[in-house]
Amino acid sequence: MTKTAERRPVAHPPVPPPPTPAPAGRRRRRLADQARAYGFLLGGLLCFALFSWYPAIRAVVISFQKYTPGSPPEWAGTANFTRVLDDPEFADAWRNTLVFTLLALLIGFAIPFVLALVLNELRHAKAFFRVVVYLPVMIPPVVSALLWKWFYDPGAGLANEALRVVHLPTSHWTNGTGTALVSLVLVATWANMGGTVLVYLAALQSIPGELYEAAELDGASLLQRVRHVTVPQTRFVILMLMLLQIIATMQVFTEPFVITGGGPENSTVTVLYLIYKYAFLYNDFGGACALSVMLLVLLGAFSALYLRLTRTEGDT
Amino acid sequence: MTPGTRTLISPAALARPRGKALYWTVFTAVVVLFALAFLFPVYWMVTGALKSPDEVARTPPTLLPEHWHPGGYTDAWELMELPRHLGNTLVQAAGAWAFQLVFCTAAAYSLSKLRPAFGKVVLGGILATLMVPAQALVVPKYLTVADLPLIHTNLLNDPLAVWLPAVANAFNLYLLKRFFDQLPRDVLEAAEIDGAGKLRVLWSVVLPMSRPVLGVVSIFALVAVWQDFLWPLMVFSDTGEQPISVALVQLSQNVQLTVLIAAMVIASIPMVALFLVFQRHIIAGIGAGSTKG
Repeated sequence: MTKTAERRPVAHPPVPPPPTPAPAGRRRRRLADQARAYGFLLGGLLCFALFSWYPAIRAVVISFQKYTPGSPPEWAGTANFTRVLDDPEFADAWRNTLVFTLLALLIGFAIPFVLALVLNELRHAKAFFRVVVYLPVMIPPVVSALLWKWFYDPGAGLANEALRVVHLPTSHWTNGTGTALVSLVLVATWANMGGTVLVYLAALQSIPGELYEAAELDGASLLQRVRHVTVPQTRFVILMLMLLQIIATMQVFTEPFVITGGGPENSTVTVLYLIYKYAFLYNDFGGACALSVMLLVLLGAFSALYLRLTRTEGDT
Repeated sequence: MTPGTRTLISPAALARPRGKALYWTVFTAVVVLFALAFLFPVYWMVTGALKSPDEVARTPPTLLPEHWHPGGYTDAWELMELPRHLGNTLVQAAGAWAFQLVFCTAAAYSLSKLRPAFGKVVLGGILATLMVPAQALVVPKYLTVADLPLIHTNLLNDPLAVWLPAVANAFNLYLLKRFFDQLPRDVLEAAEIDGAGKLRVLWSVVLPMSRPVLGVVSIFALVAVWQDFLWPLMVFSDTGEQPISVALVQLSQNVQLTVLIAAMVIASIPMVALFLVFQRHIIAGIGAGSTKG
């Protein structure tokens, strides 16, 4: 900064107001400006074109094609969609994904909120709590998945051991068709909760204290204060996080792939897992793209809603 | 939070003897809960790798390893070729970081300060990709990387398959552009009057003023590549090129449990260390940018 301040007087005198250049010169100058602007933009633009825009268009195109890498694609009409819809795994995958998302909302939503509420009241060891709750987020997802796979082990697994310590019946966890999906939701919640808690904490700290004081003067009990002050004041953040979480959990892949491999009996196959299977196990890229398009439309709607909500909030 | 800030429970209520007792009960309960839920699994992992294969399979399990077997860690290091896979991850993450810093910064600077024609359209197209969930597009993205249009190059098993798509990160680009928008125009103009070219302005004026946002973008970029699994699983079929995340899963069936656990611990160390060093910035960043969950 000091450098520019020093140099300024030297540079000042020789800058006369530029005489209005001839139209041709101005146009050339504008072209040069544009060339420079696009020079800076080019690398990023190319990457977006190649790896975001083009694949999005291609997903739609290939979903209507018979596509095998190496040979020219043929039009297939809606054959990919009907084939995918007829696959018995299709219904399983969507049901599992929706149940997973719903359970993740129930478990992975109430717990962080209550946790943040309690943490916000604690006056000691604040930094410790924040670091510890966020620690699992920094552990690579593959490691947390493998770690919990070991915990769920029916033999020497920690999960059943913990149940035995408190004299509860043991569970099949990821080996039972009824419990596998819930077990995976627990892993995802454990691994991702930290971020949600921290965002809630930030939201709670922005609530003006006078609101609580006023409520208390009016005789509101603790629960009434939560219900009538805390929840309305954080409603926007709650809604945002809920939408973001729906978008993220609908794309769940790592946990079922690493822990259960989609089993037992397809009880943990998710939509993204099915897309992966179509592409890399069945070599059916048309089917994979048809599935991708369906997922894209649904999640795109959620994303649009999210962006609209954030924008309207930003305007007010 | 300043000490005087009022929260759900009033300071007066906490000062009463009953309030005090209740506060410390809740405090202790939360400490125990956090230790059990978040620290104990990590402890179990670190010590599990130190047990002998027999001991780790024993029920009921031992809380402390009876005999310390650091051999799990050395076996993992050698048998699972961890140096090579960690190296691959490091190359992929560092490259993605560098590419993102160069191209996203340049593009954000252009969109923010250089007024390119159709700049609004380009920005709209970039922001639209925020609505398209990344994972839903992996298959067509894979096909693109396997056969780049026009030049027909195959990037599979090449770190470029991670580096180039990393640049197409609308969130980071938008973060940079928003920051550049707030930089005072007269400072940049003063530099230009002094005869600095656009590149010079970017390098000597804009970037030094943008350290905070560059730090945030760097951390996001590094963490994203280090934690990714599905994309490297697809593009690196060659074992020698696989990052640690993919290698762990591929090898998990063929090695002893203690060796696998040791490898998991080693794979976690870099990101956890990064977090512990930059925890204040990371935690503050999450709270401030609540748009990112």
